[in-house]
Amino acid sequence: MSKIIEGLLYSESHEWVKVDGKVAIIGVTDFAQSEMGDITYVDLPSKDDDITKDEDFGALESVKASSELLCPVSGTIVAVNEKLEDAPELINEDPYANWIIKVEMSDASELNSLLTAAAYAEIIK
Amino acid sequence: MENKLKKTCLHAEHVALGAKMSPFAGYDMPIQYTSIAEEHNAVRNKCGVFDVSHMGEIIISGPDAEKFMNYIFTGDVSKLSEGQCIYGMLLFPDGGTVDDLLVYKEYRKDHYLLVVNAANLDKDYRWIKDNSEGFIVNIVNDSDNWGQLAVQGRDSEAILGKILNQDLSAVASFRFIDTFIDSNRVIISRTGYTGEDGFEVYAAPDIIVDLWKALLEAGVTPCGLGCRDTLRFEAGFPLYGHELSQEISPVVAGLSIFCNLDKEEFIGKDAISAQKANPPAKKIVGIELADRAIPRAGYPVLLEDGSVTGEVTTGYRSITLDKSICFALVDRSAGAMGATLYIQIHRKIFPGTVVKKRFYQTNYKK
Repeated sequence: MSKIIEGLLYSESHEWVKVDGKVAIIGVTDFAQSEMGDITYVDLPSKDDDITKDEDFGALESVKASSELLCPVSGTIVAVNEKLEDAPELINEDPYANWIIKVEMSDASELNSLLTAAAYAEIIK
Repeated sequence: MENKLKKTCLHAEHVALGAKMSPFAGYDMPIQYTSIAEEHNAVRNKCGVFDVSHMGEIIISGPDAEKFMNYIFTGDVSKLSEGQCIYGMLLFPDGGTVDDLLVYKEYRKDHYLLVVNAANLDKDYRWIKDNSEGFIVNIVNDSDNWGQLAVQGRDSEAILGKILNQDLSAVASFRFIDTFIDSNRVIISRTGYTGEDGFEVYAAPDIIVDLWKALLEAGVTPCGLGCRDTLRFEAGFPLYGHELSQEISPVVAGLSIFCNLDKEEFIGKDAISAQKANPPAKKIVGIELADRAIPRAGYPVLLEDGSVTGEVTTGYRSITLDKSICFALVDRSAGAMGATLYIQIHRKIFPGTVVKKRFYQTNYKK
């Protein structure tokens, strides 16, 4: 059973969003990391890049496969978790503690299109 | 359109172990049981067992068997003694590769066992049949009567020997013995596709199931096709469809050593001789990246000016070496040892260096 945390918002492409004022903290779900297996590389974007909702902002790479990361909100990337460059396995160890990017949102109403924990639990059933 | 997938004799075991299953060559095969990295390391450091029962077995026999084998196969089977096997290819007349395979010279006069890639079995069988006119040979696709295990890693000799009650230390590399379990024949061959010492075991499906269970009970790690690919790749071995194909000849792949040009004649010989004299435009190279980004099959390989010189055929973050490495099919002119090439990975371009394809030094028993 994959872990889902109450209070976060979720995308159908298995990213989670924690809202902190105008900033969306974004990572991938436990379901995503367990489907991927051992993550060997995280392709990260650059800080200060503008990003549009549903655009890819990077990729997770496992031994076998590459999976694009899609941004659940639009805005500007204000922080990138550089720890993941040398320790991509942190995503496997705790996907909720190890965020990937922080985005200053340009349109907070986009959050309304994301899933609640309960709704996300339904789609990964 | 959903084709029904075939199952090997060990399918129920894989499912019971909770393996991640995936279609491969028409079979529902285990990709991994726990993690590709754990299974990979078990083979590099101890012992792992693979279900490779999907591989094809073709038996060629008859008074012209030796002559016929030398006609369709790149290696010289006349040099084999009984109990010996050899790696080589079946080629198209233009030098393109039909398949790569192992040929076993059986302990029976005029009998050869060919072990071929599962994905190519039907094609190989037809191709062999089509080229057999004028030869007195029997050609049998015997695949359904055989299961196959690959037991690989430095502890293989001790563990497999104990289970089979056989002293396997006497079986040299590329040699095999026949043994019997309840009057069923079991072939134990000191071969593999991992770069480690180990054995490939061929037997009737129910014998294979018993042997699989005994190996797991003895602590051997079950290994899926995921790490079979990472292991063979590190050891520099080609995979048909990636580093060998109808378009990729043994010369392009850097494997012309397996084409015995001293033989009188074999299909594709003239083309291979011509390619050796006048090398083809492309070649397979190894490339090592300085960065952690991972090159994958199909990613473009570029020259410094941004023009495309080829593409990646297999690539990984190497588990044993912790480096990003790949095989790529590139212009021969660009692929000199030590040359810098560039690989486009997602939206970025990463420099790499052409290196030897044998990324990992293999550990065979002499």
